[in-house]
Amino acid sequence: MTLARRHFDALIIGAGGAGLNAALQLANANLRVAVVSKVFPTRSHTVAAQGGVNAALANVQPDNWHWHMFDTVKGSDYLGDQDAIEFMCREAIPTVYELEHNGVPFSRLDNGRIYQRAFGGQSQNFGGAQAARTCAAADRTGHAILHTLYQQNIRARTHFFDEYFAIDLISDDEGAILGALILEMETGEPLLIESKTTLLATGGCGQVFRTTSNAHINTGDGMAMALRAGVPLMDMEFFQFHPTGIAGKGMLITEGVRGEGGYLVNKDGERFMERYAPNAKDLASRDVVSRAIVTEVKEGRGVGPNADHVLLKVDHLGEDIVSKRLPGIRESSKIFAGIDPVVEPIPVFPTAHYVMGGIPTDRYGRVVAPIQKGPEEVVPGLYAAGECACVSVHGANRLGGNSLLDILVFGRAAGQDIIKYLDENPNHRPMSEAGVEKAVARLNRWDKRGEGLSVREVRDEFRKVMEDHAGVFRTDEIMSEGVAKVKEIRAKLADVRLTDHSSVFNTARVEALELENMVDIGMSIVLSALERKESRGAHSRPDYPERDDNNWLKHSLYTLEGDQMDFKPVHTKPLTVEPFPPKPRVY
Amino acid sequence: MKFSIFRFNPDTDTTPRMQEYEVEVSRGMMLRDALMEIKRQDESFSFRHSCGEGVCGSDGVNANGRNVLGCITQVADLKEPIVVRPMPGRPVIRDLVVDMSQFYQQYRAVKPYLIRKDSLPEQEILQSPEQRDKLDGLYECIMCGCCSTSCPSFWWNPDKFHGPQALLQAWRFLADSRDQATDERLDALEGPYKLFRCHTIMNCVDVCPKNLNPTKAIGHIKELMLKHAI
Repeated sequence: MTLARRHFDALIIGAGGAGLNAALQLANANLRVAVVSKVFPTRSHTVAAQGGVNAALANVQPDNWHWHMFDTVKGSDYLGDQDAIEFMCREAIPTVYELEHNGVPFSRLDNGRIYQRAFGGQSQNFGGAQAARTCAAADRTGHAILHTLYQQNIRARTHFFDEYFAIDLISDDEGAILGALILEMETGEPLLIESKTTLLATGGCGQVFRTTSNAHINTGDGMAMALRAGVPLMDMEFFQFHPTGIAGKGMLITEGVRGEGGYLVNKDGERFMERYAPNAKDLASRDVVSRAIVTEVKEGRGVGPNADHVLLKVDHLGEDIVSKRLPGIRESSKIFAGIDPVVEPIPVFPTAHYVMGGIPTDRYGRVVAPIQKGPEEVVPGLYAAGECACVSVHGANRLGGNSLLDILVFGRAAGQDIIKYLDENPNHRPMSEAGVEKAVARLNRWDKRGEGLSVREVRDEFRKVMEDHAGVFRTDEIMSEGVAKVKEIRAKLADVRLTDHSSVFNTARVEALELENMVDIGMSIVLSALERKESRGAHSRPDYPERDDNNWLKHSLYTLEGDQMDFKPVHTKPLTVEPFPPKPRVY
Repeated sequence: MKFSIFRFNPDTDTTPRMQEYEVEVSRGMMLRDALMEIKRQDESFSFRHSCGEGVCGSDGVNANGRNVLGCITQVADLKEPIVVRPMPGRPVIRDLVVDMSQFYQQYRAVKPYLIRKDSLPEQEILQSPEQRDKLDGLYECIMCGCCSTSCPSFWWNPDKFHGPQALLQAWRFLADSRDQATDERLDALEGPYKLFRCHTIMNCVDVCPKNLNPTKAIGHIKELMLKHAI
């Protein structure tokens, strides 16, 4: 079979906020850019982001980027790289203005400026009074941003490959990335994209957990592709459980609800966050609030027939505020919890939400890996941005409103750096036919017929194992068992067979490829979590309850080959300002 | 509960068929949950879906004769047997997966992006809350296609009539105080088809899962055209 081939300056895999903002830079610079997405671009999960994007515009309260930087460093439990965080918080301001100029329908203040709301972990003056830093389009900010970026890419004539699934990156002997093999879902035909640069912007991997706020498509495909190309994943033990998912279902209720004045109560009607975070209360950092909710339920103060959740009270805000500022939440509560938050509280429990870890990059979006000379050598031609990447700006815990910011700032930065790279490297490297064969083999493996396990049963078992062994609280015993179980599941993958071998829109085959991706990522999570013997941010070890800066102020790196763990130092030095040294983290 | 599902796989089928499935229904179960359960029983069944909470717009289907978004439609609200077909009027690729390319082309045709002619300010372009309110009920569109594929005018002329979704977006930009291309946008909508094939049948309003009102938006465009003509 001869493989169809196409040539581009830049290949972007993933059409969420990061991919589309990068594509926009490149298309505006008149480069040949291909955006490959397994769903039509506006279906990407950026669309579900609710609360908003952080930028110190100071439209509502006094603010500046340096305070934003402090909050982000503290929120990261000092594991975030301070140079990257400084860059992001400075860039936030022009980035939001640029979005507005591109057409995002932000909510407005009476003076015509962009509306900003309070979110968790935000302060004025380095830990002082609550700040209002989150720029919002009602509670549909992600939707507004994603659609606007797609619209601007239509204007800029970006080339889209919609509903193409990326099988694998192609690399040569020197480790340079030459493009990717992709699968056209409508026809089942593979296609080779040869590209001078490749950006992974495939988003998160929340589907590895059974209960998650993440969409069906969030299977970490880009992270797994990076792993298979020999790139490690960084800080994968840090997975954020959002405090307020609809109980038993997982759909998200934005932190903006608490930002607008909503608060949590237990079965006694007690506003329990006052005990856990006397100052910030319900607007403490997400890891703090999630642990508090799980502790309340564990200690018997949960609500409902099974005492398995708590309540989020909103009714005191009044119908006006709820309809104006939180219309989407009101709608979701009615549909999924069967309650109107204007009258009744919303039943909530933490839900798997966001992976702080990912593909290690520098602040230009370039993928960095320990190749020969030190831990941060640039992988030629490969970039990553958004949730699949780890710059790291979120460290051990991400602040609400910093995720949209991350994808936009670093999507843009990657686009800009690709332009520079192409200027210096104007030619395609020769294609590695051996690399192509490897990728084709990964696809063809699913043509095997005969008796075997089904994708469904292995996926169900895997997601349950991850939920039971990599949740909010982790001990040596729980984690060791988790590692053993994930290894067992990984071994089973060889025995999985498809019954559907048809070519046209075969979603069973796509789900099989996604399962392989998820299991590799699952392994990176459980192994990194077992290895880190301290409690920091979202990684909470009752057997090692303290943060240990002497031994563990470092990033972890998981490599697929041999399941190896390695470490590298945190960048504690910012670009221009004084460093924020680690301090006890209280809210 | 009994489900009757439209099945067609061009690799193996010469004509479409309806296939029966039995699904155990739990409280609060959505149509998408039921379709996922059917896929667990039969992995050869294909349909699009993703976010599961009514914002990505992937899982528009036709259930018991009406276009709905699977993930926010309670199974309990549907009469048994639940008959699920692809959204009407579009070529079927496989099972419930339809070819939406004409729908997307019509969207592109209305230039669905903000056009500014003045130079940009250093900060945000100012917009009053009242001006911003005009975008409510317009920008929330999730492009699921429930409206356009339930519109008889779009069924007959999908290549020439923009359809309710694209026209709602045309109005979204005409209504935006920041946009500076009103004349071009209105000129581009002239002619017997693009806009004027709307016969206010209002199926679009009836089915929109986000409770948006394309017919009203089309009315606003016509009014504005009239104003400009005078």
